Amino acid sequence: MAGTAWRSAIRNVLRMLGLTINGQDKTKPQEVSRVLGSFKNGSPQPRNFIREMQTVTLIPGDGIGPEISNAVMKIFEAANAPIEWEERNVTAIKGPGGKWMIPPDAKESMDRNKIGLKGPLKTPIAAGHPSMNLLLRKTFDLYANVRPCVSIEGYKTPYTDVNLVTIRENTEGEYSGIEHLIVDGVVQSIKLITEQASERIAEYAFEYARNNQRASVTAVHKANIMRMSDGLFLRKCREAAEKHKDVKFTEMYLDTVCLNMVQDPTQFDVLVMPNLYGDILSDLCAGLIGGLGVTPSGNIGANGVAIFESVHGTAPDIAGKDFANPTALLLSAVMMLRHMGLHSHGKKIETACFDTIRDKKVLTKDLGGNSKCSEFTEAICQKVRDMD
Amino acid sequence: MAVALKRSLAVLVKSLGGPKWWQQASRSVSISASLSRVESPPARADATFKVTMLPGDGVGPELMTAVKDVFKAGDVPVEFDEFHLSEVQNMASEDKLEELLSSMKNNKVAIKGKIHTPMEFKGELASYEMRLRRKLDLFANVVHVNSLPGYSTRHNNLDLVIIREQTEGEYSSLEHESVPGVIECLKIITRAKSRRIAKFAFDYATKKGRNKVTAVHKANIMKLGDGLFLQCCAEVAQLYPKIKYENIIIDNCCMQLVQNPYQFDVLVMPNLYGNIIDNLAAGLVGGAGVVPGESYSAEYAVFETGARHPFAQAVGRNIANPTAMLLSAANMLRHLNLEYHSHMVSDAVKRVIKQGKVRTGDLGGYATSDEFTQAVIANLAV
Repeated sequence: MAGTAWRSAIRNVLRMLGLTINGQDKTKPQEVSRVLGSFKNGSPQPRNFIREMQTVTLIPGDGIGPEISNAVMKIFEAANAPIEWEERNVTAIKGPGGKWMIPPDAKESMDRNKIGLKGPLKTPIAAGHPSMNLLLRKTFDLYANVRPCVSIEGYKTPYTDVNLVTIRENTEGEYSGIEHLIVDGVVQSIKLITEQASERIAEYAFEYARNNQRASVTAVHKANIMRMSDGLFLRKCREAAEKHKDVKFTEMYLDTVCLNMVQDPTQFDVLVMPNLYGDILSDLCAGLIGGLGVTPSGNIGANGVAIFESVHGTAPDIAGKDFANPTALLLSAVMMLRHMGLHSHGKKIETACFDTIRDKKVLTKDLGGNSKCSEFTEAICQKVRDMD
Repeated sequence: MAVALKRSLAVLVKSLGGPKWWQQASRSVSISASLSRVESPPARADATFKVTMLPGDGVGPELMTAVKDVFKAGDVPVEFDEFHLSEVQNMASEDKLEELLSSMKNNKVAIKGKIHTPMEFKGELASYEMRLRRKLDLFANVVHVNSLPGYSTRHNNLDLVIIREQTEGEYSSLEHESVPGVIECLKIITRAKSRRIAKFAFDYATKKGRNKVTAVHKANIMKLGDGLFLQCCAEVAQLYPKIKYENIIIDNCCMQLVQNPYQFDVLVMPNLYGNIIDNLAAGLVGGAGVVPGESYSAEYAVFETGARHPFAQAVGRNIANPTAMLLSAANMLRHLNLEYHSHMVSDAVKRVIKQGKVRTGDLGGYATSDEFTQAVIANLAV
């Protein structure tokens, strides 16, 4: 009948716009944006509507790494998340040709699964090989480091209402490692900015803003001093802004950002910047919300690879004593779930974690409490189970 | 009787307008005269000092007007030699720079606003401000971050000194495009300059009675460059056994500054990190409008605001906060040995802020710059 055809046509249109009739056909906001995105581009995104187990490479790391990885696995089990873990170890080995590389089984696992979760890795001094983080970065071409900083209720800092994301270019810039001793007493460090890397990170920043309902992107630079290098970076950001007119674009000098960040962090949304400024600003923002022990972080690479990690150290002094705080790794794992599209599970685990911290009954030592890591984990698992 | 004789001798010498050392002599005589007679006012300088003034861009000219008004009202014996050098307004040229430099060589002391560097460059990569710094060799930038009494922020009672190397590092303006699409920017660190700034930092700490000097670096990544800087700091630290020396990585330092800034005392660092930390610390106590700063070389001293921004959005709107420039002017007066006038100006500014009735927009008030300046002038006499 014409009536039903008309009704279903209307329902389809409403579903595309994200609205419902009587609460039916409700789609999550993120999924709608992905649908709209594919609508604009004309090529549909592959969607796994069948709930199947997705495999993720897990790298427990050193020091407190194994304890917090166990905690995360336990919580995911309690939440019934469709994740299968493949544990791998990364220690530098010398491959054929004398180049340092990560073990081939770890590489093969990552390439297959595309998603990874990593605990803290120890960088031994004078071991002869570069840091593990650097090796991973080079192996998988992890060009973007994303750190969302959201104030945690229950963990009081002088800065409330922080809600921003720092996106940092991770491959070049001041950290290119090219240094020369010109004459005795004169050292030259080279900061490299390339068109290709700047374009890639700018595109990623705008895509991220679009996929996560972020209103504006701010490019942070020092183009008044480093006129050619940061000038190129800025130009690429402006070009990417032209292609993504739905996201507001502003540019701000690095010193102005620092000045305003400590006075009023609410004015910032997504920040994109080259390597050094990104390192400093992302740690500054982590300090605003409470430190590296509660900050999640994700590294996005070429070919769809994404490794989520906790950025704190290995804390060898408390390793094995059940004192560690798994929050950073847990929030990174939640970021990973969101990246994979499992928003409901991510929300469930995140809410459980924040509720536990807000209750203040079971907190680890660095959050101001007296409990052990296992007790903290158990409290979160309990909350997750209660939510079902 | 003897006292009256001394006084008339002083007046006689002054009226003769003799050479400088006579004036010195007359000054000391009048001081002793005043000491023996308690009711007479304290000694004032007899000569006016000439200071180079460079208003700069943005709100610089407005802030300089505030300084001039306050100095006039307070009868401060300082005369300003004004120069207008601006890259943005096309008032810059080599000759102006030369004039400015010769004035500086005469006066040795300057007060300046920020000369804005536009992002587009015509020919030279180095901005005028960088060139000025290099020609005068103003290698040390000192920003004393002090919480203002009466204005509370998230961190109160802060007292930090940030010493930044100003002539090399990332601001060398040496950039080139080797291949289209690939740009290299050179960061230069030299042993001589690193040693010089380290020695300056430790000398400053000793002079002001500070306990600890912390070097800020990123030597885990830039092993050779910042490694050299760190090595120089460590070498100089050995010459000052009474002062504690530590070092910290820049990203950890930023994190600690927002979580627990009280652990730092004097910080010393290369150019770019200094820029970041100056602004961060200024934000901690109230913003760019409240922190004074100065730049030193072996012969010259330039006084300016701590966080250097032209603040072009506020031009003509009368909303800029003159506090930073006034406090910096007070520091300049102390540098010129005009202690009485220096205290007069800084006390007046601090009193106005403490009372809290007249405050500009950045401190949460509604007053205009002019009203604030008038309030400071009213408080000068007290």
